[in-house]
Amino acid sequence: MSINIKQRFYFKIFSSLSLIAAVNFVYAQTSVDPLDAPTWETVHKTMLFNEEVVFDERVKVVVPDVAEDPMNVPVSVRVGDIGEIEEIRVFADLNPIQKILNFYPGKIEPFIAFRFKVQQSTPVRAAARTKDGVWHVGGHWLDATGGGCTAPSVSSGLANWEDTLGDVKSRLWSRKDQPDRLRFRIMHPMDTGLASGIPAFYIELLELKDSNGDLLAHIESYQPVSENPFFSLDLESNRYQGLTLTGHDNNGNQINKVLQ
Amino acid sequence: MFISMKPTVRFFQPHDNVSILMRTFSVLILFILTIQVSKAAELDYNLIAEPVVEGTYVFVGSTKYFSKQNGGNIVNTAYIVTNAGVVVIDTGPSYRYGKQMRDYIESTTGLSIIKVFITHHHPDHFLGNQAFNDVPIASLSGVINGIKLQGNAFTDNLYALIGDWMKETEAYIPTEVIVPGKFSIGGHEIEIIALDGHTDSDMVIYDHTTGVLFPGDLVFHNRTPAVANANIQHWLDSISKLQELNYKYMVPGHGAVISDEHAMIQTRDYLSWLHKHLQNALDRGLAMSEALTLELPASFQSLDILHEEYKRAVLQLYPDMEQNYFN
Repeated sequence: MSINIKQRFYFKIFSSLSLIAAVNFVYAQTSVDPLDAPTWETVHKTMLFNEEVVFDERVKVVVPDVAEDPMNVPVSVRVGDIGEIEEIRVFADLNPIQKILNFYPGKIEPFIAFRFKVQQSTPVRAAARTKDGVWHVGGHWLDATGGGCTAPSVSSGLANWEDTLGDVKSRLWSRKDQPDRLRFRIMHPMDTGLASGIPAFYIELLELKDSNGDLLAHIESYQPVSENPFFSLDLESNRYQGLTLTGHDNNGNQINKVLQ
Repeated sequence: MFISMKPTVRFFQPHDNVSILMRTFSVLILFILTIQVSKAAELDYNLIAEPVVEGTYVFVGSTKYFSKQNGGNIVNTAYIVTNAGVVVIDTGPSYRYGKQMRDYIESTTGLSIIKVFITHHHPDHFLGNQAFNDVPIASLSGVINGIKLQGNAFTDNLYALIGDWMKETEAYIPTEVIVPGKFSIGGHEIEIIALDGHTDSDMVIYDHTTGVLFPGDLVFHNRTPAVANANIQHWLDSISKLQELNYKYMVPGHGAVISDEHAMIQTRDYLSWLHKHLQNALDRGLAMSEALTLELPASFQSLDILHEEYKRAVLQLYPDMEQNYFN
């Protein structure tokens, strides 16, 4: 008797869940936020200036479900086959500084991975703009207990951080059947300005150029990107050597490095 | 349980209308929340001690992660009944746990507690200390420093994870520094061994009289090891030292009591694999978010909460490994 009722119970839960999934799928084709966040309208306005959007599962945002360390939340954004991408904006609705990074993939793959700081649980989103001006939006809810944005950087408490400021280390991996992987790290405190007595101090611009000095891609980063940021990018296989990285922070300190 | 299902069955009659479905769904969620709240109102750990050998008992906790359902009872705490009174090993995740543990011990043994030992500075092992504030609470100086440094942050974090179970809990710092070595207490020859690796300071307690070994969280049994403050190489070295001891029973920090090496081998194998696996991910140029989603070997699937702890391990260990990669 109780087994029958139990079975019916689970069956009904299952069938209603699949109905809900179907409803979400329909939403994804319209403009209703699949993350169901009360903040969507606001970030649509502030981050994307109310321009045309579709929620699109092909914009894949990977973040952990729970931010174990709010100073170092890994995120990767990979845009599937939706045509040429002009710009990718990464932002977190409920962060005190929502804007995390704008990435212009230019001549490289529409993929970027790095770490960032959060203050509380929030949707983490990436919006990829195609040539027709439409933003394709993907995202994931991140659960966090907080503390990442209003804590000072570790290096701002160290005496010698200035010695290594702007130092770049990098490596390029050529990989079978996959694009080459470039990873580079820049020494920088990336202070948010939200910790008491420590002004905002962060890398604003990074440009990746080929050996002829032609621009391949560029990144505009903001305060939430983690200290000593570590970026991963994907490039066409075996095409590039003698890449250079240039850029500057918001105090005018220059970054200029031939990548290994 | 049986009665409580009735309304949900009624709610889930087929409807074409989506809004009714959504409304129904939210009613279901409210309903589930109500059950959770009424469960939380009791807040009883229902502690029952299991004997290890005569006079030595353990409160075996769940092998899951902290949750509002388990109140943080994911840990093993223990006590030894001696001629002079009861010796307690670790005090659990909250003041409430400590009080319930103490009530149980005092009412079942009729004896008073003469000493508390804390194996390491993680919150599930020492946050019950307040319930023993009239008893000497002893640990290694490294453990005590760890509690001084991180105790408050751990406490805040547990309030977020288990909520009301933590009511009135504060990080109560052990009152007595103990040095490694052998001593006698109530007719038991107790040896304190200072090791590290799970944390910067892990205290192992070995009762030579009964042959029971308390390795703290240096050993996990059928449960994925937690590596938040770990130094994996040191941890592996510590396990080798534990393997040399001639114990009869071992009370791991998490998981069932065991009489052979199996739990140590499990812990060792997972840690060595984890270290190599993450290093390999770095060597292949994987970003942290990619390391998070890698497949895990079938041989570890028997460890409880493998996927949860693995993800936590990536989040805890990868940033430093990345920084070191370029240093």
